Amino acid sequence: MAEIVLEGITKRYPDGAVAVKDVNLSVGDGEFVILVGPSGCGKSTTLNMIAGLEDITEGTLLIDGQVVNDKTPKDRDIAMVFQSYALYPHMSVRDNMGFALRLAKVDKATIREKVEEAARILDLTEHLDRKPANLSGGQRQRVAMGRAIVRDPKAFLMDEPLSNLDAKLRVQMRTQISRLQQRLGSTTVYVTHDQTEAMTLGDRVVVMRGGVVQQIGTPQRLYEQPKNLFVAGFIGSPAMNFLHATAEDNRLRTSVGALDLSDRLRRSLERHDAPRDLIVGLRPEAFEDAALVDRGRIGSGTTFSVDIDVVESLGSDVYAYFTEDEWQPTATSELAELAADSGVTDTGAGGHQIVTRLNASTQVREGSRAELWVDTAKMHVFDPVSGTNLTLSDEPAD
Amino acid sequence: MSAAGRRRMTGWALVNIIVIVYALFPVCWIISLSFKDPSTLTDGSFIPTEWTWENYHGIFQTSEFTRALINSIGIALISTVIAVVLGTMAAYAVARLRFPGKSLLIGMSLLIAMFPPISLVSPLFNIERIIGIFDTWIGLIIPYMTFSLPLAIYTLSAFFREIPWDLEKAAKVDGATPAQAFRLVIAPLAAPGVFTTAILVFIFCWNDFLFAISLTSTSAARTVPAALAFFTGSSQFAQPTGSIAAAAVVITIPIIIFVLLFQRRIVAGLTSGAVKG
Repeated sequence: MAEIVLEGITKRYPDGAVAVKDVNLSVGDGEFVILVGPSGCGKSTTLNMIAGLEDITEGTLLIDGQVVNDKTPKDRDIAMVFQSYALYPHMSVRDNMGFALRLAKVDKATIREKVEEAARILDLTEHLDRKPANLSGGQRQRVAMGRAIVRDPKAFLMDEPLSNLDAKLRVQMRTQISRLQQRLGSTTVYVTHDQTEAMTLGDRVVVMRGGVVQQIGTPQRLYEQPKNLFVAGFIGSPAMNFLHATAEDNRLRTSVGALDLSDRLRRSLERHDAPRDLIVGLRPEAFEDAALVDRGRIGSGTTFSVDIDVVESLGSDVYAYFTEDEWQPTATSELAELAADSGVTDTGAGGHQIVTRLNASTQVREGSRAELWVDTAKMHVFDPVSGTNLTLSDEPAD
Repeated sequence: MSAAGRRRMTGWALVNIIVIVYALFPVCWIISLSFKDPSTLTDGSFIPTEWTWENYHGIFQTSEFTRALINSIGIALISTVIAVVLGTMAAYAVARLRFPGKSLLIGMSLLIAMFPPISLVSPLFNIERIIGIFDTWIGLIIPYMTFSLPLAIYTLSAFFREIPWDLEKAAKVDGATPAQAFRLVIAPLAAPGVFTTAILVFIFCWNDFLFAISLTSTSAARTVPAALAFFTGSSQFAQPTGSIAAAAVVITIPIIIFVLLFQRRIVAGLTSGAVKG
């Protein structure tokens, strides 16, 4: 196992299009790093450059301390799991898993032993002599994993390995991958477009957009302190709600009412020399049914009343939706891209939907007016032009 | 099965029978002719009144036919092998690589395939005479390759496109050199396509008449379809119809054997990609 270091990695195609721009990333020995972003953000290209399947236009790539820019995939000693699994259809599971070892001229007995060991770990022993065509999706996925682990490579690269599985199996495989990675202690770079996968699997997550790294950090950090609108909107499910706001004295006037600024927020805005027009970001859990909020806490937030459109009860929580009309999702390119990625623009729903996560004991009903409370301390404020988060605390981002 | 389903089945069966009869009737006719005695050739009966092997004996007696058969087999096989080998490499490049002038290359090969051969025959005749390959094997192999290569590139690149690129990437990451990836992963998967193409090219070369008649003058390189035209009867006044029919039947046999042997491969080849495997 080894460390992977990307220094100013850039990919520019002959027609001038830049797929990946100046990526700096250091993946520690045994670390599980996730590259996440919407399709076309350059995450797969980055992974392919690490694998050696695509040339690096600029920058330096080090694996295990060695510059490998000009080395072929063969000489980089990395294993990759593909979205399509890329199992060789004309070979049995055994031959698929042993292919790399056979190419490396390992003797037959060792190959047999290693393949059977990997098959045992992945529960594939009884399928070893079958062809990939006769396996289920989950089994094929495990064979693809097996092909990677038999080699004991310096690093694992995984390109959306779970996106061809159905939802239930995906969750199971997710935990299995996590367990496998911990057991093998392998350096892993994992690409996905699914923020849930990114949040649950990664030691650290790299959010990319348009070939540029937006933020690198632990899942918790990305969730709590997103650097910009894009990261804020991309990470978290349901996604963060955004509202237009106008700064007025110590308050932000929005369509749900005036939100009081805490001292910390106000100082932070002043320091950033914030413009008058702003975008407020509120996670669903920042809202609560006003009737359920402690008397002592109610003053630290703002109460407002809205017409609830839809109530979804999940047992543990209740999601209540209301519509806000002032919003223009295409106001910034970041939000437009987020909207397109989440499919909001395709559903044709009128107005801008706000999601709130309320305590399960709430009495809020569909189609009725409700008093909601919002915790303004959990509010994020963004610059609508640059998208920067103006409420980030001062400590340097990791 | 419902009544409507049965009606449809009957309908299809009827259409199939008509097509088969239409296609096979001339074949049966020529077989019948080949077994007829010269005196009963024109008696108008579809089934020979007197069966005879005389015509078959006759054609194998003269070197004219046997020599032409050797030419046909040799020229068609060599052309096929070269066209398939070159075609495989070219098709792989066309399907997998991005290189400048790729669309020009595809366009050019399409252009060649669309060119009416008849318009090229006279220039080719002159060129070949001048450079001295007229009436030689190579003089036929070159035009055959020229016309079958576009066909080969087209069919094969369709096959290569069907093979997921990820397989090749996986092979590379697994430590294969490009040559190993091609030999161990891509080629085995493309085998049905290669077979299909080889048979199509072979049939094209085997059946050609135009080039064979125009670019040969002696039995040195004359293939069977051309040689047939030079058959003569036993005397100036006897029609060589029986011999021609027998020779036609003989040269059909290899094609039938080929197709029967590789039938499953061809069908697999022609339909692969129609459904996802």
